[in-house]
Amino acid sequence: MSNYEMVVGLEVHVQLKTKTKAFCDSPTTFGAEPNVNTCPVCLALPGALPVLNAHAVELAVRAALALGCNVHRTSIFARKNYFYPDLPKGYQISQYDRPLATAGRLAGVGITRVHMEEDAGKSIHDRYTGATAIDLNRAGVPLIEIVSEPDMRSAQEARRYLQTLKQVLEYVDVSDVDMEKGSLRVDANVSARRMGETKLGTKTEVKNMNTFSGVEKALEAEFVRQVAVLESGGRVVQQTMLWDGAKGEVRPARSKEESHDYRYFPEPDLPPLVLSDSYIEEIRRALPELPDARRTRYREQYALSDQEIDELVADQPLAAYFEETATALGDAKSAANWVRGMSSSALAVRPAQLAELLAMVKKGVISHTAAKTIFDDMEKSGERAERVADRLGLRKVGDDDTLRQWIVEVKAENPTEWARFVAGETKLQKLLVGLVMKKSKGKADPQRVNELLLLH
Amino acid sequence: MNANFERAAGLNIILAEDRDARPSVDEGPLYDVPVAIKDNIATLRMPTSCGSRILEGYVSPYEATVVSRLRAAGAVIACKTNMDEFAMGSSTEHSAFGPALNPVDRTRVPGGSSGGSAAAVAAGVVPIAFGSETGGSVRQPAAFCGVVGVKPTYGRVSRFGLVAFASSLDQVGVFGKTVDDAALALRIIAGRDPMDATSADVPVPDYRAAATRPVSTLTIGRPIEYFPDALDPAIRERCDEVLDRLREQGATIRDVSLPHSGLAIPVYYIIAPAEASSNLARFDGVRYGLRITGEGLTAMYEATRSKGFGTEVTRRILLGTYVLSAGYYDAYYRKAQQVRALITEDFRRVFASGVDVLFTPTTPTPAFKLGAVSDPYEMYLNDIFTCTANLAGNAAISVPIGTVNGLPIGGQIIAPHFGEQTMFAAAYALERL
Repeated sequence: MSNYEMVVGLEVHVQLKTKTKAFCDSPTTFGAEPNVNTCPVCLALPGALPVLNAHAVELAVRAALALGCNVHRTSIFARKNYFYPDLPKGYQISQYDRPLATAGRLAGVGITRVHMEEDAGKSIHDRYTGATAIDLNRAGVPLIEIVSEPDMRSAQEARRYLQTLKQVLEYVDVSDVDMEKGSLRVDANVSARRMGETKLGTKTEVKNMNTFSGVEKALEAEFVRQVAVLESGGRVVQQTMLWDGAKGEVRPARSKEESHDYRYFPEPDLPPLVLSDSYIEEIRRALPELPDARRTRYREQYALSDQEIDELVADQPLAAYFEETATALGDAKSAANWVRGMSSSALAVRPAQLAELLAMVKKGVISHTAAKTIFDDMEKSGERAERVADRLGLRKVGDDDTLRQWIVEVKAENPTEWARFVAGETKLQKLLVGLVMKKSKGKADPQRVNELLLLH
Repeated sequence: MNANFERAAGLNIILAEDRDARPSVDEGPLYDVPVAIKDNIATLRMPTSCGSRILEGYVSPYEATVVSRLRAAGAVIACKTNMDEFAMGSSTEHSAFGPALNPVDRTRVPGGSSGGSAAAVAAGVVPIAFGSETGGSVRQPAAFCGVVGVKPTYGRVSRFGLVAFASSLDQVGVFGKTVDDAALALRIIAGRDPMDATSADVPVPDYRAAATRPVSTLTIGRPIEYFPDALDPAIRERCDEVLDRLREQGATIRDVSLPHSGLAIPVYYIIAPAEASSNLARFDGVRYGLRITGEGLTAMYEATRSKGFGTEVTRRILLGTYVLSAGYYDAYYRKAQQVRALITEDFRRVFASGVDVLFTPTTPTPAFKLGAVSDPYEMYLNDIFTCTANLAGNAAISVPIGTVNGLPIGGQIIAPHFGEQTMFAAAYALERL
C-alpha cells in the first residue's frame, strides 16, 4: 500500500442562496410540499423560456473571486442533454467550454473552473409501490460547480480542502453549504499510482458521499480497492463508484448511469453572459475578509495561539462576536478564552455586555466561577452583569470577618487535612482554598483567603 | 363569421375555435378584430398541440406574450390553426390532424409550416393571423396563399409561449390580407419582453408610417444568387416586371451578391434539427401530453416518442442528435455555425454598401399539389430563398406580386436587423404596383 499514492480531484456542487430559481421566479424554499415551487419555466411547459437570475450571477462571481479565480468577461451557457424524469427539459442548462471562472487556488489545491448551472428535481422511489414520484421543487435551483485539479494526495488532504472550501463559501455567504440538506455535494475523481510515477493512473468517479467523513472513508476504500486491483496485475476500469456509508464500501454504479454523450451546445435561449470590469471589481471590493487573511490578522493583532485562532476563524459568527468583545474589553486573550467556549447558535448576550462581565472578573469584583453563573443568567434575563451580580449576591466577599468564619467552618469539617496543612504540608493549601470557595458559593476572594490561611 | 369558420373547417385549416370569445378590453387598435393563432403558440382555453399527437388536447395553463399583447389591444383570439407538426415542413401536410388545403385551389397545399394561418387569412376567416418562422414558415405559405407574411428581425417579437423548434431561428410572424394590416399587427406584438432573454430592447416605431415614404428614396438590391437559371421562368418574369416598375417609379435597383447563399440549406438543416433535437426532449410523457407506458422508463420514453412524433419530426430529431454527437460536433454543428456567420456577414456587407432592402422571389415555385413532393430534400428546397433571413436574423416580408397559371406568387423584401420600417416602405410600394 505504501508503494502507492492516491491522486484526488474533487467536483463540488454548491446551491446558491437565492430567493428564486436560476432561470425563473419560482421560490427556492427548502422543505416545501412537492411541486409547489414550480412555474411554466421550471416545469418545462411547451413555450416557456429561461431568464437568468441576476442575484445568482452575483453570488457565483463572489464565490469565484473568493476562490481566487479569474472571472471571465464573457461566459456562455450550454445545454447538457440527457433524458431523466427529474430533468424536465431533457437538458440541464450549464456552462461548458466557456465557464464563468477558471484558474483559482484554495488550500494549496488548484481550482480548474467554477461554472454556473441549474439543479435537477428529485425522483422519489420509495413513496408509491411500483411507481416513481417526481418532485420538481429543486429543478432550476442555481448551483455552482467547483472543479479542482487532481492536486490532493490523501483522503485527509481532500477533507481539509473541503473544510476550507466550506469555510470560504460561508464567509462570502453564497450558500448554506449544508451537506445533509444537499446544498453542498461532493463527487471525487480518484486514481492510484506507484510512488514516484508522474503519469496519472486511470481514475474512477466516486459519488454518493453525504458527509465529509464519508468522503474521507470513501476515498480510502476506493484507493485500497484500486491498489488491490493494480497489485494483482489488473487494470482499473474507468467507471462510477457509489459509496455505501452503511456498509462502508464502494461499489460500481449500474453501467446505465455512465458513458453519456451529453451533446453539449450553446444554449440559444440565453445570450452570452457578459460582465463588465466594474461589475466584477465592485463584487471584489465588497468581499469580506477571508479565513486566511483573518488568521494572519488574529496572529498579529491579538497574539492568539494557532489553536485559538483556528477555533475562532472556523466559525464566522463566533469570530465576529469575539472581535467585538475583545474591542470592548480591551483584552483579546480573556475575550478569546471566554468566546471559544461558546456556540455561535447561542449568542444572546451582546458582546459589549459580555465585555462588562469579563471586566468585572479582571478587576476582581467577581470570581471566574461566579462569572459563569452570571453569564447563564444574563442569557435568560437579558440583564447586565452588574445587576445580575447584585441580584444573585455574587460579588466577591473580601471582609476578613466573613472569610475567617468560613475558614473556621472548613477547619472544623476537615480536621485531618487541616492538621496536615498546619504541620507543613503546603500542597493542601489549594484544596482548602477550594473548600472555602465552595462554601462561599464562589463569592470569597481567593487571594485574601490564601493570605488568611498563611496567617495560621 | 360562422360561415367562414365552416368553410375553413372544410379546408382543415382550423384546429380549434373559440366561438364565444369577446374582447377582454373596451377599446384598442384591434378592438373586436378576430385573429387566428398558429397551434404552436400558447393560448388559454384552446389546445396548443403543435399539430402533433404527442400534444393532442394539451391546453396551456399560461399564455404566450404575443397573445396577451393581442388581447390587450382588443383582439379576439378566434381560433388555432393547423400546421406541420412542430413547424417542421413546408406544406402543412405533416400535421397529425390531416393536411390543410389551399383556399385558392383545394388540390394544392397552402405551404407551411404556418399553412393554416395563411389559409385562414386567404379564405377571409380572419383579417390577421399569426404564425411562426424558422426557415420561411410564414413567408412561403403567404406566397402560396396570396397574402402578406412577415418574418420580423430575430429578437423583435417575444418568443415566450412559442413552442420552440429551433430557438436561434424561431420568430413569431404575422399574416395580413394587406401590408397595412400586417404593419398594424406587428407593432402590437413587437418589443422587449422580460420573459424572453433574446428579445431586444429596441423601440417599436409606427410601421404604418412607412406607407408615406417615396419609392424614389429606396435603393433595392437584387441578389443574383436568388435568380438562378433553374428558377421557374414565369416567376423570374414576374419578378423582373416588378423591378422594372419600381425602377420606373424612381427606385434605384442594383445587382448585388450574397456569395454564401448556396450554403444556406445545408447549414439550416444542421442547425435547426440540432436545436430541435434538444427542444423536443421535454416531450417525454412524464409531465404532460401523450404517455404510453411500457416495461420501465426507457420503454415509456421510446413508446411515447415513437407513437407521439410523426416521420418528419423523428427524422429531424435523429439528424439533430447525430450532428451534436461527440466526434461529429466539430464537423457539422460548429462548421455550420461558422458558415452561418459568413451568411450573416454577406447581408451586413450588402446593407452597409448603401442598399436599403433586397428583393427576391419568396419561393422557387407556386403552390404544389398535395402529395406532389414526397422527397424530404426536395421539400427542404422550398426554404431556399427564405431561410437565409432566419440564419442571419434579418427582417423579411412576402407580398403578393401576381399569379402564375392562376396561382399566387410572392415577392420577398429582406431588410437589415430592425429595419422593419424600411421593409414596410418597400412592401407598401410593392403592393401598390
